[in-house]
Amino acid sequence: MQQSEFLNVVMPFKDKLFRLAKRLLVSTEEAEDATQEVLIKLWNKNTSFEKYKNVEAFAMTMTKNFCLDRLKSKQAGNLKLVHSNYQEKGSLLQNQIEAKDSVSWVEKIMDELPEQQKMVLQLRDVEEYDYDEIAEMLDMQPTAVRVALSRARKTVREKLVQKHNYGIG
Amino acid sequence: MESDNIEKLVEKYFEAATTVAEEETLRAYFSEKSVAPQLEQYAPMFQYFSSAKEEKFTKQVPLDTIASVTKKRFNYKWLSVAAVGLLMFGIYFGKSYQEKREAEFAYQETKKAMNLLAQNFNRGTEKVAYLNQFEETKQKVYNK
Repeated sequence: MQQSEFLNVVMPFKDKLFRLAKRLLVSTEEAEDATQEVLIKLWNKNTSFEKYKNVEAFAMTMTKNFCLDRLKSKQAGNLKLVHSNYQEKGSLLQNQIEAKDSVSWVEKIMDELPEQQKMVLQLRDVEEYDYDEIAEMLDMQPTAVRVALSRARKTVREKLVQKHNYGIG
Repeated sequence: MESDNIEKLVEKYFEAATTVAEEETLRAYFSEKSVAPQLEQYAPMFQYFSSAKEEKFTKQVPLDTIASVTKKRFNYKWLSVAAVGLLMFGIYFGKSYQEKREAEFAYQETKKAMNLLAQNFNRGTEKVAYLNQFEETKQKVYNK
């Protein structure tokens, strides 16, 4: 497979990989590195590319595993994630959608969720995948995906209502 | 869209029983300005999801370095193939050399054994030579 061909295959979903990576790693730089790493790995798998019937799902799974590995090694090394861009990005987002603080609260609330729920919520509500696709990507049962999704959504709602009522940001 | 319907959808949404299309409806509804007051608290969620979709991966993938990395790996692969080939070659010829040496050794041993045999035979014939003496004397006696 040639580079241009590869790029054509990868282009449509590379943003999705990046967003999933960012959801898990929080920092934009980390997420960019992770996405790049995953794409390079994908490129190196080049010859076995055709064997995977769903390259996108495969790439998603790779991203997930890569990010979780990264997080694990960070925790083991007792290092904090660097995300100095966090505040800035939040305010930028705010300006873009002309919304109140509460929209960026959702991002913060999502950061507090367990990893699995984070991923399910990201894949379903942001990327709009089917349950079956998510189950394949995350290597879970479809029913487990539903349960995790329901829990994640309810947690977000609860925390959002809490912040709404008390007015703490 | 009437808020009754939306409310039902929201209820279903939190039970994770909505389809992708229904969730699309929800997002569309909450992105509008006129959200029913009892539903307003959910609006940030859906607005956030819509906005989170906008984020793009802008970093360039350095395909040149990727190519060189793959090329390097390719070379290593062939290097190992060559090494294995060489090893097989060496083992094969080493084995035949060993066989040759063994054959040589066996030949030498046989030769030594044969020599020993020949020596003993010679000693035997020397002894038999006395018999000739006897024969000669016998002839002398007869001829007289």
